[in-house]
Amino acid sequence: MTRKILILLGTKKGAFIAQSDPARQAWELRGPFCETWPMNHVTADPATGTLYGGGGNEWFGPAVWKSTDLGASWTHSSEGLAYPQGQDPVRSVWSLAAGQGSLYAGVQPAGLFRSDDGGESWRHLDGLQRHPTRPHWQPGGAGLILHSLVLHPDDARQIWVGISAAGVFHTADGGETWEPRNQGTRADFMPAGQNYPAFGQCVHCVVMAPGGSGRLYQQNHCGMYRSDDGGRSWDSIEAGLPSSFGFPAAAHPRDPATLYLLPLNGDVAGRYVPDGKAAVWRTRDGGASWQALRQGLPQSQVFFGVLRQAMATDRLDPAGVYFGTSTGSLFASADEGEHWAAIAEHLPPILSVETLVVDG
Amino acid sequence: MGMTDPPLVVVTLPPVLMRLFPGAEADVTLPAGTVAEALDALDARWPGMRDRICDSRPAIRQHINVFVEGERASLQTRLRPGASVFIITAISGG
Repeated sequence: MTRKILILLGTKKGAFIAQSDPARQAWELRGPFCETWPMNHVTADPATGTLYGGGGNEWFGPAVWKSTDLGASWTHSSEGLAYPQGQDPVRSVWSLAAGQGSLYAGVQPAGLFRSDDGGESWRHLDGLQRHPTRPHWQPGGAGLILHSLVLHPDDARQIWVGISAAGVFHTADGGETWEPRNQGTRADFMPAGQNYPAFGQCVHCVVMAPGGSGRLYQQNHCGMYRSDDGGRSWDSIEAGLPSSFGFPAAAHPRDPATLYLLPLNGDVAGRYVPDGKAAVWRTRDGGASWQALRQGLPQSQVFFGVLRQAMATDRLDPAGVYFGTSTGSLFASADEGEHWAAIAEHLPPILSVETLVVDG
Repeated sequence: MGMTDPPLVVVTLPPVLMRLFPGAEADVTLPAGTVAEALDALDARWPGMRDRICDSRPAIRQHINVFVEGERASLQTRLRPGASVFIITAISGG
């Protein structure tokens, strides 16, 4: 039995991989990969074990990198990963999601591409560009980016995307037409009385709970939310958390009521962990109550943040939880967040964390 | 080569670009009447290389410079027989 777990890291300067056995106590770090390109999102297709990395290089533009040997060698392609001539070109790839034989890429400026040949070539799903709200989308702090990419587990035609700062959109026809799904999420940055618009919210991260119920969780610039109807309506779950601001959210692999968040101190307060103390916050009841998980995390003079794609769980039991910091540290828990340890330090700023369990 | 065939030119690639395309050579002799045609010829030899040098607008990427005979060039710049085309990565990043 050679079962192993990989933590896939996208950083400002290349992709890295941390690898362990299922005990998850001793980790081996490999990298940098992808020629030290900025890699916004490194993930895997669990069905094939193929690794994919989305990024963009200031010299050479956007590309999706690919490894079919767990990171030993990589290729790259951007064939078809382009807007029509004359339009603002794709600057970088921000998010990837693999499912049901296809690979999707969310890019900056916000748009969605699909590959049916494992990332070798891409086709623009231009429905988002044709959406009537498109001329009114405003970029967030990281630009106008399509970052969260949630595929329906059974229906390949259903996709949710998060766009900063246009909000959450859903398609039921494979990307032809889209519907804003932001009801109940705040836009505190809008004038008084206009704080619940149909679109224009600054969504930071959307994840789907396991189990097929359609439950979604969202970390927004302005609050944390749960939806039990596929995003048609959202309820605030921020009561009991130290702030309403943060970037990442990570669902439990099996329990739809368990969610991990990493609140930061506020959008104009430095975007550090609150009070200089690092904590992951966990709910076991769908957001009704929260517990701070600090054991093993630094609790004095901590001034890091954690970005929107930089926290993940694994599918082992008990579930592992991982997050990477803006200061290049990777923290891991092998017991659902109860105990933590730094398993890599002094990496470049970490932009994404994902996991892959490989059954040998 | 007929009268209408494009002239042969020599394109010099930056090392950081060569690393992205295993087997790429530093100095490439190819037929091209313009910079755009030179990029097409590079792309034919190493598929995907054009996208790394120019964007979909299309234009040479912001942090890439192409010099022809010592002058900064655009995609439309014409090439005379034997021209030296240097593709250079500009200062970028942090």
